[in-house]
Amino acid sequence: MQHLPILPILIPMLAGVLMLLPPIGNSINRHRFFSVSVMIGLVIASALLLLTSHQQGTQMYVLGGWQPPFGIVLVADRLSTMMVLLTSVLSLGALLYACAGDDNDGMYFHPLFMFLVMGVNGAFLTGDIFNLFVFFEVLLIASYALLIHGGGKQKTKANVHYVILNLVGSSIFLFALGILYGTIGSLNIADMAVKVRLLDEPGQALVKAGGLLLLVVFGLKAAMLPLHFWLPRTYAAASAPVAALFAIMTKVGIYSILRVHTVIFGEDAGALASIAVPWLWPLALLTLVIGAIGVLASPSLRLTVANLVIVSVGTLLVAIAMHRESATSAALYYMIHTTLVTGALFLLADLVSKQRGKAEDRYVIARKMKRGKIIGIAFFIAALIVVGMPPLSGFVGKVLILQSAQGLDEIAWVWPIVLLAGLASLIAISRAGTTIFWRYTEDSNIDIPIAPLRVIAIVLLLSASPLLVIFGGPVTDYTNMAATQLHDTTQSVDALIPGGSE
Amino acid sequence: MEAVYAFCVGALTTCGFFLVLRGRTFTVVMGLTLLSYAVNLFLFASGRLTLDGAAVLGQSTVYSDPLPQALVLTAIVIGFAMTAFVVILAMRSRADQGNDHVDGTVPPPPPRATGSYRRNS
Repeated sequence: MQHLPILPILIPMLAGVLMLLPPIGNSINRHRFFSVSVMIGLVIASALLLLTSHQQGTQMYVLGGWQPPFGIVLVADRLSTMMVLLTSVLSLGALLYACAGDDNDGMYFHPLFMFLVMGVNGAFLTGDIFNLFVFFEVLLIASYALLIHGGGKQKTKANVHYVILNLVGSSIFLFALGILYGTIGSLNIADMAVKVRLLDEPGQALVKAGGLLLLVVFGLKAAMLPLHFWLPRTYAAASAPVAALFAIMTKVGIYSILRVHTVIFGEDAGALASIAVPWLWPLALLTLVIGAIGVLASPSLRLTVANLVIVSVGTLLVAIAMHRESATSAALYYMIHTTLVTGALFLLADLVSKQRGKAEDRYVIARKMKRGKIIGIAFFIAALIVVGMPPLSGFVGKVLILQSAQGLDEIAWVWPIVLLAGLASLIAISRAGTTIFWRYTEDSNIDIPIAPLRVIAIVLLLSASPLLVIFGGPVTDYTNMAATQLHDTTQSVDALIPGGSE
Repeated sequence: MEAVYAFCVGALTTCGFFLVLRGRTFTVVMGLTLLSYAVNLFLFASGRLTLDGAAVLGQSTVYSDPLPQALVLTAIVIGFAMTAFVVILAMRSRADQGNDHVDGTVPPPPPRATGSYRRNS
């Protein structure tokens, strides 16, 4: 049990390596069986880790025995374990869907998938920002290869943009790390939070530059407004299970903003307290607006879903910009909901495009789908969830975010923009549904069966939404406690550093 | 030394960003390489520049900070891997699209200021 915090990184890494070797590496069926069983094991391990860190407090895993602030640490608190469990569940769904045939379009789908999961889990669990960079690179290089999986002109084109942007992002990340290390003298998040209070005047200016550079980098990963142009085409070009898994990658950016700008540059940081907030407000609201416009303007279902990801990123950034516990808690609830549902929607869009022949998922009149009913019902439920209709989880999440805006001056901006973005998504998604399911020329004579595994994967991801509502009490209790743990320096900083803030 | 060092890092970064903003994959890859060199030098300098400073205890009276050296080592390895990947991707893109523009299509050349109008019409 002592080694539980490192398991979410070790399990996918070892599984990925093993799958490259014979005898598992020889056949796709062995790959499938092995990776699904590993992923179920990973879900169990993450659930156990969440329970342990919930009951026994923050788990620290000190690699090599070097006590912090020296050496490498993994920190499993309520927020990071929640994100790890979310990753495992989402990737189980995406993996099940891929096992129905999408993984056979190219080589090494399963090992790359495992390395991506390892990178994401590592980014959530790490306790210092240099290792955050390293895990970012691990997940990015796996995602570059996964994005191009299956090949084709569209994928290459999207991948060139994606890779170049992320490489420039990595350079900026390292510049920011250099500035922060040069002035603060530490890269451990908890230790930086302590040392940032003791800086002198010129040091503060440098650290402010470094902190805002980090915001740019995380904004690029999260698709924040001026840096979001890569997202729709990249996600629309990726194959369905990969796009579904990518739904967690924007959340890695959101998580890093939350971690760095509430723990290091939180309320206690003196002159550097909340340096990101004045920037986050306009950018978050404009991200919502541009996402809503994108949703209305998209010509195909996949692009609509990709733009819905931007809307959800905007909503989450608004909640982070509020910079208070209740808003963070609401954001965490919304994050669970939106990640799983957009994942399911990417999978559904792929089912639709497989059924419609040449029309794919574009909003044009085509032949009637033979298997339209079951897809239609799933799409209807998913649409209700994603636009935030009561009684499902999207509604609860949005209400929580709107409620936590009470008492702020910015409420006059938050309420109308969040609600109008919801309306835009509602209009766009109902137009999508009517065109795809109700407008057709003639009955199709080609019957393309749907693999049961695909339906199981989508049901698995969609069932999270009613569960989030039924168990709304315990879930919001948990997110409240996670938000308190993040905002409270005695829990998020002093507990991790021997000697504390003296 | 500090001034020369800072000037070199600044020049590398400027050239890197200029090249990254070009339209062809070759120049972009060159730009990314220059940027990663600039980043590595910058990280190295974040532990302050010392002459004859050993990073190991007991080797000298002047010490240099060992951590940036470890960071640079990691960053170099990652930078090389990423550059290798982007080179292969550029070649793949050249093969798939038939040109080496990052957008996949070569934009038409801008119209000339004078002269060409009358000849075309």
